[in-house]
Amino acid sequence: MALLQIAEPGQSAAPHQHKLAAGIDLGTTNSLVATVRSGEANTLKNTEGRDMLPSVVRYSAEGVTVGDAAMQAADNDAENTIVSVKRLMGKGYSETLALNDKVPYRLVDQQGLVAIDTALGVKNPVEVSAEILATLANTASETLGGELNGVVITVPAYFDDAQRQATKDAAKLAGLTVLRLLNEPTAAALAYGLDSGQEGVIAVYDLGGGTFDISILRLRRGVFEVLATGGDSALGGDDFDHALVSWMQQQAGVSNLSHQQMRQYLTLARSVKEQLSATDTVNFSLPGTQQQAELSRAEFNQLISPLVKKTSRACRQVLRDAGLTAADIATVVMVGGSTRVPLVRSEVAAFFGSEPLTSIDPDKVVALGAAIQANVLVGNKAEADTLLLDVIPLSLGLETMGGLTEKIIPRNTVIPVARAQEFTTFKDGQTAMALHVVQGERELVENCRSLARFELRGIPPMPAGGAHIRVTFQVDADGLLSVSAQEKSTGVQANIQVKPSYGLSDDQVADMLKGSMQYARQDMQQRLLREQQVEAERVLEAVGQALKADAALLSAAEFANIEQALAQLAKIKQGDDTAAIKAAIEHTNTLTDDFAARRMDQSIRQALKGHNVDEV
Amino acid sequence: MNYFQLFQLPEKFDLDLTELGSRYLRLQKQFHPDQHAAGSERDKLLAVQHTANINDAYHSLKQPLLRAEHLLALRGLKISQEQRSFTDPAFLMQQMELREQLADIEHSDDADAVIVNIEQLLQQQKKQLQQQLATALDAVSHEQDQLAAELIRKLKFFYKLEQELELIEQQLQD
Repeated sequence: MALLQIAEPGQSAAPHQHKLAAGIDLGTTNSLVATVRSGEANTLKNTEGRDMLPSVVRYSAEGVTVGDAAMQAADNDAENTIVSVKRLMGKGYSETLALNDKVPYRLVDQQGLVAIDTALGVKNPVEVSAEILATLANTASETLGGELNGVVITVPAYFDDAQRQATKDAAKLAGLTVLRLLNEPTAAALAYGLDSGQEGVIAVYDLGGGTFDISILRLRRGVFEVLATGGDSALGGDDFDHALVSWMQQQAGVSNLSHQQMRQYLTLARSVKEQLSATDTVNFSLPGTQQQAELSRAEFNQLISPLVKKTSRACRQVLRDAGLTAADIATVVMVGGSTRVPLVRSEVAAFFGSEPLTSIDPDKVVALGAAIQANVLVGNKAEADTLLLDVIPLSLGLETMGGLTEKIIPRNTVIPVARAQEFTTFKDGQTAMALHVVQGERELVENCRSLARFELRGIPPMPAGGAHIRVTFQVDADGLLSVSAQEKSTGVQANIQVKPSYGLSDDQVADMLKGSMQYARQDMQQRLLREQQVEAERVLEAVGQALKADAALLSAAEFANIEQALAQLAKIKQGDDTAAIKAAIEHTNTLTDDFAARRMDQSIRQALKGHNVDEV
Repeated sequence: MNYFQLFQLPEKFDLDLTELGSRYLRLQKQFHPDQHAAGSERDKLLAVQHTANINDAYHSLKQPLLRAEHLLALRGLKISQEQRSFTDPAFLMQQMELREQLADIEHSDDADAVIVNIEQLLQQQKKQLQQQLATALDAVSHEQDQLAAELIRKLKFFYKLEQELELIEQQLQD
């Protein structure tokens, strides 16, 4: 029995509790879940012994199936089997019209957003993705023997705000705590960087099923700095398949394919593509005809060459953004199943002038990196020895007179970032103002992606030009935007109403939560209570540790007050009054605001003292 | 907010950029949201705000022009949002000539050589103005601050020309 417990300030004397965390690669074609156990990252296998879960969800009269089971039904029930849903995330119905004859299921308009009509009713991409996430989380919980404390989900670096928000909404719907949305290339670099201790500038070339990302990162002493990122959120191996299908259609002399035939052709195309990575020619019969066809790798290369060239152009642009040339790149990392295509490898090698790295399975590297970061973020490592400095992939701007955009935060700015902009009223007594936020690089608003329309209300009435409204745009570490506004002279906080252009409002997400199969049986109230209890635990732990470490920053009275508030919070937390717990948390937060500020000043002083330049 | 104070560096234009970079990373390691991902909602929110401040401060001190503007703002001279017209005819004339040269690039026989030439010229001018700016800012007097503001305005023209030149170079490459 220990008589005396000695702990360093700020460190808990309690034995370190290992928390369960997982990294999830939510891919266009396949998804994976991975975790760190005994210091090593590994992908997790489901009960069938497979770690790759096809990102396929089937909604049939018998119910919802996910993964291989859904995929097997794809040929016969294409209309109810959703594949490549990632391409639809955060998209408006009008934006996906071009996809309508490419996908074998029926796209419909759900209040401006794209959704899919299935045997079980209309499902939106967030719901479909939530099914995939829940399946993966289930695999993880079963393997690890407990509920997950948190997950890191990867997204293409090139994903815009709407696509990121949709991903986060899907996680919420699946009942997961998101520690971070992590950019896929950063995750890949993390997996490679930690394994091999790379230093220098690296390029991550990530060609997946539906998206292409190219990122330039600088690695030095545990700091991963994203210098620039670019790509195309609608370019990937699926496009190779579609190019092949077009060619097959020409050979077969069929112009219109039914949804089911389309499925058969796509399956065949994928198989031919994969075979051509290993052999020079492939013979096959064309579905629905008696015809045989032959395709050589050279012919295939010709078909996909324009698509691969498109990726080279994006590489050139991103190097320019980083202020570098191909010669500055020490290492090229390959990510994504489509980098197995020989033409892709040879083009990348030619462009960067060096053989790309492929030692970690390109299908798994992203999930492994996400697992490593999840393990750090959940708090399983006393102090994170890595630092990820990521950037915003696309500029954020505002619509100004004449449909022009004014950039507020340029692309490749390090996140988190906050920028304020001042606006003034142009009419006497004006009390409201509308703002339109867009994302993209083009001059004209119509060529950028509309993110949201904001309406500022409650501006105090003043003569024209009298009110000065300061609008702050903040992008957090997940790359998500939030906006706040304040009238300067009166300090009145303007009320902001957000209308996401291609996203769900908070109310819609809440409604989906209530309506979802997963929570139909579970009491919504219970869930909200549990959320507040978890938050109360976090507050108790955080403030408790702060008190232990920095009691010296408080007067005796302040200390006693805070201790009392904590005791009360701990007591109320045991009960089942959600509102009371929330109030007690807020009370504790208000009471410790000053303390937090003093600790912040102290940490700055400590961080900047007694180190020399080489140590960072 | 005083960015120099945040990094605890002396409030002057001539800044040790290596030291700034190292201090920036030390603060980032302390406050980045990744260090607080498992924390309470308040801690997470504070982490985002602190890091956004640190990023903004670093961004502003790293670039000479923004650094100079920040120094002047600390001395009560705000120039970042002003709209003022120029009264230096010789300078404006030089700008117009440079602009004509940029416009002529696409018609020239050896565009690359012309670009390199203009680039060198711009670099040279920028360097000169920056040296004058450093001297003016070091003096810490009202008149010298006014001069510094004028130099910043001039430098902005050169930065803009540089950007345009880069754009032209890109277009030629594509």
